[in-house]
Amino acid sequence: MEAAVFILSLVDCCALIFLSVYFIITLSDLECDYINARACCSKLNKVIDLLPPCLSTMLMLVSMHWFILLLNLPVAAWNIYRYLKVPMGNMGVFDPTEIHNRGLLKSHMKEAMIKLGYHLLCFFIYLYSMILALIND
Amino acid sequence: MSTAGFNSQNGTGTGQTYANGPSQNPVALQQLPGVSYGMTNQPPYNPVQAKAPAPPGPGLYPAGLYQPIPPVSSYQPGPPPTSYPSSAGQPLLPRPPMGGHPSHTPPQSASPSPGPRMPMPPAQATPPPPSVSSSSYYPNPQQPMTPAWQYNTPTPPLGPATSISAPPMGPVANHVNPAATLAGPSLPSSASYSSAAPLPPPPNMSYSTTQPPGPGMPPTSLHGYTQPGVAPPPMNPMAPHTYQGQSNRPAYGPPPTGPTPAGPPPTMKPTSFPTGPPVANATPPPPKADGAVAGNGPQATNSYNHLDNKMAGPTQPGPPGRHLGHYPSLPPGYQNTSAPHATPPIHPAMQAATQPYTQAPQPYQQPPGGPGPAQLSPSLAAMSLQSSTPEALRVVNLLQERNLLPPAPVPAPTPCLTQDLQKLNCSPEVFRSTLTSIPQTQSLLNKAKMPLGLLLHPFKDLSQLPVVTSSTIVRCRFCRTYINPFVSFLDQRRWKCNLCYRVNDVPEEFMYNPVSRSYGEPHKRPEVQNATIEFIAPSEYMLRPPQPAVYLFVLDVSHNAVETGYLNVFCQSLLDNISSLPGDSRTKVGFITFDSTIHFYNLQEGLSQPQMLIVSDIEDIFLPTPDSLLVNLNESKELVQDLLKSLPNLFEKTMETQSALGSALQAAFKLLSPTGGRMSVFQTQLPNLGVGALQSREDPNQRASAKDIQHLAPATDFYKKLALDCSSQQVAVDLFLLSAQYCDLASLGCISRYSAGSVYYYPSYHHQHNPAQVERFQKDLKRYLTRKIGFEAVMRIRCTKGLSIHTFHGNFFVRSTDLLSLPNVNPDAGFAVQMSIEENLDDMQVVSFQAALLYTSSKGERRIRVHTLCLPVVNSLSDIFAGADVQAITGLLACMAVDRSVTASLSDARDAMTNAAIDSLMSYRQSVLTIQQPGLLVPACLRLFPLYILALLKQKAFRTGTSTRLDDRVFAMLQLKYQPLAYAMLMIHPALYRVDDLTDEGALNINERTIPQPRLLQLSVEKLSREGAFLMDAGIVIYLWIGRNCHSNFLTQVLGVPNYAAVPDNLYLLPELDTAESQRTRAFIGWLRDQRPFFPSLHIIRDESQLKASFMQNMIEDRTESALSYYEFLLHLQQQISK
Repeated sequence: MEAAVFILSLVDCCALIFLSVYFIITLSDLECDYINARACCSKLNKVIDLLPPCLSTMLMLVSMHWFILLLNLPVAAWNIYRYLKVPMGNMGVFDPTEIHNRGLLKSHMKEAMIKLGYHLLCFFIYLYSMILALIND
Repeated sequence: MSTAGFNSQNGTGTGQTYANGPSQNPVALQQLPGVSYGMTNQPPYNPVQAKAPAPPGPGLYPAGLYQPIPPVSSYQPGPPPTSYPSSAGQPLLPRPPMGGHPSHTPPQSASPSPGPRMPMPPAQATPPPPSVSSSSYYPNPQQPMTPAWQYNTPTPPLGPATSISAPPMGPVANHVNPAATLAGPSLPSSASYSSAAPLPPPPNMSYSTTQPPGPGMPPTSLHGYTQPGVAPPPMNPMAPHTYQGQSNRPAYGPPPTGPTPAGPPPTMKPTSFPTGPPVANATPPPPKADGAVAGNGPQATNSYNHLDNKMAGPTQPGPPGRHLGHYPSLPPGYQNTSAPHATPPIHPAMQAATQPYTQAPQPYQQPPGGPGPAQLSPSLAAMSLQSSTPEALRVVNLLQERNLLPPAPVPAPTPCLTQDLQKLNCSPEVFRSTLTSIPQTQSLLNKAKMPLGLLLHPFKDLSQLPVVTSSTIVRCRFCRTYINPFVSFLDQRRWKCNLCYRVNDVPEEFMYNPVSRSYGEPHKRPEVQNATIEFIAPSEYMLRPPQPAVYLFVLDVSHNAVETGYLNVFCQSLLDNISSLPGDSRTKVGFITFDSTIHFYNLQEGLSQPQMLIVSDIEDIFLPTPDSLLVNLNESKELVQDLLKSLPNLFEKTMETQSALGSALQAAFKLLSPTGGRMSVFQTQLPNLGVGALQSREDPNQRASAKDIQHLAPATDFYKKLALDCSSQQVAVDLFLLSAQYCDLASLGCISRYSAGSVYYYPSYHHQHNPAQVERFQKDLKRYLTRKIGFEAVMRIRCTKGLSIHTFHGNFFVRSTDLLSLPNVNPDAGFAVQMSIEENLDDMQVVSFQAALLYTSSKGERRIRVHTLCLPVVNSLSDIFAGADVQAITGLLACMAVDRSVTASLSDARDAMTNAAIDSLMSYRQSVLTIQQPGLLVPACLRLFPLYILALLKQKAFRTGTSTRLDDRVFAMLQLKYQPLAYAMLMIHPALYRVDDLTDEGALNINERTIPQPRLLQLSVEKLSREGAFLMDAGIVIYLWIGRNCHSNFLTQVLGVPNYAAVPDNLYLLPELDTAESQRTRAFIGWLRDQRPFFPSLHIIRDESQLKASFMQNMIEDRTESALSYYEFLLHLQQQISK
């Protein structure tokens, strides 16, 4: 049972890492002018990076791994907060008319980088926990 | 490479100069046009002159506080006596910083050419308002210290005043000038480039005869410059040749003469170049004695005038009114407005305490015909050496000096460039920077706490614009910069890009100069002689064949719209102007009307009358006959005219009240998307049907609330998405909103904002009840229909490596980091960008910015308009402050505040504006000011900053506590972002004039019409008097306030009424009376109106008028129930700063 939880989390985490890399690539494409702001934002807005962190948070909550839950909670909360804070007139978290203003592009990039690092960390924690669980089984 | 289209400008005046002198001389003499440039181009400026006729005593001038620390060196750039033996056998003339060219203009003081224009008003020693504890009035006294803006990436500890202890930094820098870094002259050919580089291109003039290319430069002259400090031979005719304009960048500046500066490094570091005068300073005066006197040009005399002041003593009041030359002719860093008294300094604080309100006029004064410069003794020159502060840095205590408003509109400051560079520089009306001296590093910029940005008006109607037709447009191979006056030619075949510093080849075609029809002079090409130039682009600049001019009109014909009666005006205007719509034989027009359904009009040639097609399926809109809705104007002109004549009657009886604007826009987009073009939308109510329907969000009870204003952001992304779709198909949407009710401009405005359209708003438009609005609408429409237009445009703003743009303001879509997509560009659009310094600009003396606008003209030509601005780089805070452009800063802050109000909240934006003032003044106080004294001390160039900030806080866009309709507020915000600076400034700080006593004295004469020039008054009720009539010019509206006891003369001669009571209530037109007074008044108002592209409506108001409130709300310096007075605001600032 425990092993299954961590295997699921691991898959989830892989997806998140993949997503982060995708964000970084797309944003840097925009930075280097390979794609235009409209295309970039519509790509990024389509991808929902809201569900996976919430999924692993829920899993940990259910399986009562409090430490990992605490680790997951801020990211999940941040993602939800960001979606809720999108103004009505904007076209999603990434708005093509805003992204070149006020250094938003850079802050998006930074955020994607931080998330990538965080998910890598999680990945190894899950991996370790999974192996531990398998051995215990 | 035929350059048939080239129209040379400036060329005319230079011809005759060739007659004089030896072969090199012409160049020297051609500096003449430069002189006149300096005089005419820069509006005269005399901020304090008219204020205080009271003879200022010698000890009154607060700049005297600089005296205790005599700067080691002075602005006097001429060689000091030691290094300047009087070889010419004449008095040692301190050479002015920029007067190196032997101009034959008589000295300023000898020719009071502009004449005293202003009658000297009595001293307005206004008593300070009762000093109120400001915190008790200030809405948010507790929190204004929060970091203001992003440009201040908070660096909490304001660096200690390191190294900048000597106030007169700027001038000092002159002397360290690397003059001698004549790296270039070793190349003889480049020397010949440089000599002629700064010249305007004279037409029909063969350079080859006068200026032998290559090694034509006599070595002696070079020698004169490579040996700084040694007086060159007096007869040296090469003076201006030394300017190494394009070829040898480091060769600026005079020889390092004597005094070592206290502030900047005394080394010969080239970084100090920008503040340096041209090398020409080193040349001795021309041999003829009178020539020497006369030859100094206007700048020269200025510097002497201050000396004159000292000599003539305090009893010598300056001539009233404007005087030419003083402020603008010297770069701000160089003006010798130093302390006018040589008496032992009184402690400034004491002075301040004893002599309030009488300080400071002196430095501006220019005594009529004082002793000529030739009579100055060296000792006087030495005196001036000791007391130099650049005018821009003169300390002003705002709490004590009240009349700071200049009598005429504030001119843009001149960057501290050598005159030759400055002459080539882009006009400030087109391209303006908030800091005319760019800080070397981001940390320095953060320390200065001022926003760095550019304000552009790229498509401005220009009277003279050189146009070049060329098969190859010379651009940098690496960064794609267009060749411009600020590139350097390494030799005849190579040039170095001034943005990326990489070396490019000069193409063969560029070697031929079409202006002089000579070969081998790439530096004389018009591209290198003009900072603003237009190219006719070859086919590489087209992604598709240039589109025709396409105009689609989308008209609201619901009951509400018919009620306002705008259709008549619109149809009539279009009928009148249909033949002057810009375009060629391919021009297309189309019409769509809508209420709850969409109506198309088939105007296909051959029909006997227009055919109306109604589409009622607004959910899934389609075009009934896609190819006959947009028709060729020439072929179907009669049908179009028929339609326009019948349209107003067609819907006369409509009872349809709903409006399906969203669907109409979608239909229009479908119609235009194959070609691109302009969509003009006329809307009179909130769209309430189908896609894009909006709800009323305004709560009328909240209009006056001091709490946060809600709903400044759009309610839906429909209009934004549609605008982006439009933008990608090269369609621009212009919105005309004529409505009495709330229309949610915040949402609707998006359609224009992101498609590079413009928004016009006529609140309470009605054809009968509001004739002033009708007139405005008519005039605006006429301008709108006939003004120039550019289609499928993009604008790229490039800047020197190390600088980058991080925020854009205006109507457009930012497609990539520096590329603005502008489906249409119109001459009335302004743009602003904020910059940051990403890499240190250590080894640069100047940086450049280039805006290139690629567009399709209405005639189907692809054109590129290129503007290049060059600015000096400085490394000290005082230089940054000296170069601050207060109007540009205000304009940029307004744009930033609009963004802030939308993304955060209005109160946040208001706090940020206040903090912007506090932060920059605090930084000035801590880092630049050497002597602390009580009071609110600001540098002279920022003396209007607190006033403008207060004006912004009281502007319709940002005010709180006063009842403001949400749409009005949002419109004001849109305008602040979109208007070019000159017009935005009037919205922020209106101009007030007294007009009942207009005289012809000092009047302008334009086209045989005499235009009186009353002086600007402060926006305070105390300036009004019941005996007078006052005109307030607030940008889009002009108020004429008639005092209760106004002279009957004015009433009868101008208004045509017998007495005050007979002034009608809703008067918006001045009767055309045949009296001198009436003519003067109308000429003045007409002149004000002619200066802007839109039509300000005139309201004549009395005390009882409803509009009196809006007139009084513009009295910025006065206290209102909800806002501080100017004096209270100053006290608040002072409190925060000295905390």
